[in-house]
Amino acid sequence: MLDISEIKTIEHDVLIVGAGGAGLSAAIEASSQGMSTGIVMKSLLGKAHTVMAEGGMAAALGNVDERDHWKIHFRDTMRGGKFLNVWHMAELHAKIAPERVRLLEEWGAVFDRTKKGLINQRNFGGHRYPRLAHVGDRTGLEMIRTLQDHGIHQGIEAYMECTALDLLKNDEGEVCGVVCMWRETGTFTIFKAKSIIFATGGGGKAWEVTSNSWEYTGDGYAMAYEAGAELMDLEFNQFHPTGMVWPLSVKGILVTESVRGEGGILLNSEGERFMFNYIPERFRSETADTQEEAARWLAGDPSARRPPELLTRDVVAKAINAEVKAGRGSKHGGAYLNIATQRSAEDIKKKLPSMYHQFKVLAELDITKEPMEVGPTCHYFMGGVKVDAKTTMSTVPGLFACGECAAGMHGANRLGGNSLSDLLVFGYLSGKNASEYAKNKKAHSAINQEQASRIIQNATAILNRESGANPYLLHEQLENNMQNNVGIIRTKDDLIKGIEQLEKIKEEYKSVKAKGASQFNPGWHEALGLRNLLITAEAVARAAEIREESRGAHTRDDFPSEQKEWLNYNIISRKGTDGSMELLKRERPAPNQELKRIAESTIEDLEKEILEEKKQLI
Amino acid sequence: MAKRKFQIYIGNNENGELANFETEVKEGMVVLDVIHKIQAEQANDLAVRWNCKAGKCGSCSMEINGKPKLSCMTRMNEYAPDETITITPMKTFPIVKDLVTDVSWNYEQNKRIKPVKLDSESKTDKGYIMYQEDVERSQEFRKCIECYLCQNVCHVLRDHDQKDKFVGPRFMIRLASLDMHPLDTVDRIPEIKNDYGSGMCNITKCCTVVCPEHINITDNGIIPLKERVVDRYYDPIAMTINKLFGKKKKS
Repeated sequence: MLDISEIKTIEHDVLIVGAGGAGLSAAIEASSQGMSTGIVMKSLLGKAHTVMAEGGMAAALGNVDERDHWKIHFRDTMRGGKFLNVWHMAELHAKIAPERVRLLEEWGAVFDRTKKGLINQRNFGGHRYPRLAHVGDRTGLEMIRTLQDHGIHQGIEAYMECTALDLLKNDEGEVCGVVCMWRETGTFTIFKAKSIIFATGGGGKAWEVTSNSWEYTGDGYAMAYEAGAELMDLEFNQFHPTGMVWPLSVKGILVTESVRGEGGILLNSEGERFMFNYIPERFRSETADTQEEAARWLAGDPSARRPPELLTRDVVAKAINAEVKAGRGSKHGGAYLNIATQRSAEDIKKKLPSMYHQFKVLAELDITKEPMEVGPTCHYFMGGVKVDAKTTMSTVPGLFACGECAAGMHGANRLGGNSLSDLLVFGYLSGKNASEYAKNKKAHSAINQEQASRIIQNATAILNRESGANPYLLHEQLENNMQNNVGIIRTKDDLIKGIEQLEKIKEEYKSVKAKGASQFNPGWHEALGLRNLLITAEAVARAAEIREESRGAHTRDDFPSEQKEWLNYNIISRKGTDGSMELLKRERPAPNQELKRIAESTIEDLEKEILEEKKQLI
Repeated sequence: MAKRKFQIYIGNNENGELANFETEVKEGMVVLDVIHKIQAEQANDLAVRWNCKAGKCGSCSMEINGKPKLSCMTRMNEYAPDETITITPMKTFPIVKDLVTDVSWNYEQNKRIKPVKLDSESKTDKGYIMYQEDVERSQEFRKCIECYLCQNVCHVLRDHDQKDKFVGPRFMIRLASLDMHPLDTVDRIPEIKNDYGSGMCNITKCCTVVCPEHINITDNGIIPLKERVVDRYYDPIAMTINKLFGKKKKS
């Protein structure tokens, strides 16, 4: 057994893993609760995947349309999530988002303004009213920079380029620490903490075509899984309809939904605006059914309904996929997204500067003159670590999770804009509750030598073995497998093939070898991340095989419609006693009746109700 | 497809060399793609920082044929078909390994700057009122992705190593974004002059040339700050008027 007395130890009350919008929000809250707070991150501060979010943060501020209200936001979220969301989480999110957005402004965020000087909000898919507080098309950057600039003055210790490997638990089964590795030196440190928050994001790097950045290897899912936590809803992976398609090296990179929010239209190779053919029954009464009405909506007519390009992401992604399969795809196998004919060049450059720049440089295309080619790309994990709706604690005591890493808030499909606000709301709630937990612990638990030593040896073995599989090539195999067998449209046969392939890759992974020394060795980091990707990928594939229906982002070609009984179940994945993954169908708790009523109301009834409430207040 | 030649720096501060590599380059590839290919196939431990691959995170800053650039936004077809591409780390910062440099000095500078403090009197029950035309100056600077290419190229830092006297262009524009924030109440001018070194910039504008976000660092950020310093400390008429009429200072 490795002698770990030489390994450096750092103590904090609350330790956060992941420094995106959720992690930083959690750290700021924990610190404001008087906790000694540390935050560990794989990349440099301010460069987490949050930085790529473009659209905006959804909150019922009512600055552009005074009719907006948390109840409508809540209803939109539940309907977008196909009613599989954890009701209370969606409620908390809708209620708390407005104050968190305003707080961000207090901390220095400079949003675009309305004509009256308030925070401007834009339209987005699935949202009844313009709700997304934004800055051009770089809202993610604004959020993370604001949190970073505020956070560095709150007494939080930031540990950059430090990768969390695995959790440590005490004899009572509580988490008590995390073993981490410094990327620069390849040395290890044990962080002791009274409570730990995971804000590690998703696992899109398991697919070939993804909008996700390098960091998204499902670390939180895997570490929580290994520590015995339950994961939930892993079969729900959102394929964003509009990722770049050409050239190959940029395939998957996000083209923000804002392009459609600002009036962009989708066309097939025949020049047809095909989305009008794909309007689901559920949304028919709220969607324009003619191009003329859609044009009126774009011009600002409040009586016009929104265009079908702004239907929820699962609907649009599947529509594009279907058009391509039917032979009506664009030149390189996507759809045409055209904003050039819809708005002036000046407007486009003003509202979508980052898209203009991205296409100019990476695809040598001027979006003010020509249409873009777009196609589905693996974008977001609705599922993740199962958490308590009120406290955000996982099923392992002392371990909390928030942001994309946590499950339940978004149900079967996430609305655009709801992630950035999710980060602010649940980051804050995690920070608050993890602090409460830590306050109730008098002292740090002792570190189990055997646990820590095993974690470190698993990591170093990858470097030390004589020879073995190339981690980059294994990753490529995994990507191909997931893209082909566990993609946007799934079948039982493909999924079973996918699971078999995963077992083969897992076997090869046992002997993965990273060449070179331990200092800043990306091959080694790749290999470490691969373990987490394999666990994540397996949970996704197995859950997808069990859920025999199509709902939200999970589409089964062999079960193409929603099955009512499946609405009563979530699929849970966890580590079994024999070490292999076990999956269960678990009945969902009965919903709060009042929330159910709100979500199922027609929009007209709900708006009447809200108007009554407002009158009574006056 | 013909193989292209590359020279990539391998090593650290003490010793290292330009190692030769050859690899196939496909249509649409950017320099970062090439680095990844070489990493996967020939040099598994080639150290490089990257994250988003879309010009948004500022992680992949390096020098390509001597020019500071983001490698994910540098297309291979920008170079002649038979040109050897030389890839080196940012010169101004200590090398950690290969193409990765130690940029921690930048984070230390950020910590020195006082955070924003909004004027609470202008808060209404609907929130702070600020108009689009008033926030545009700050918004230009807030596009910064902290790639540190401007810091890398500024001769005050790069050639004269005056890191103890000048915070560099990145933090000049951070200060500008705060000073030009319509509702910020902190007086930053004394520190801009005395501690952050606004006088060190002699307006050679290399920073503006390399900024991947096309922020007008010098003209819109640094020069206005210099003017504000001059107004406060070097304009005899302004100083006399201030003394006579006691202009209300910001807290």
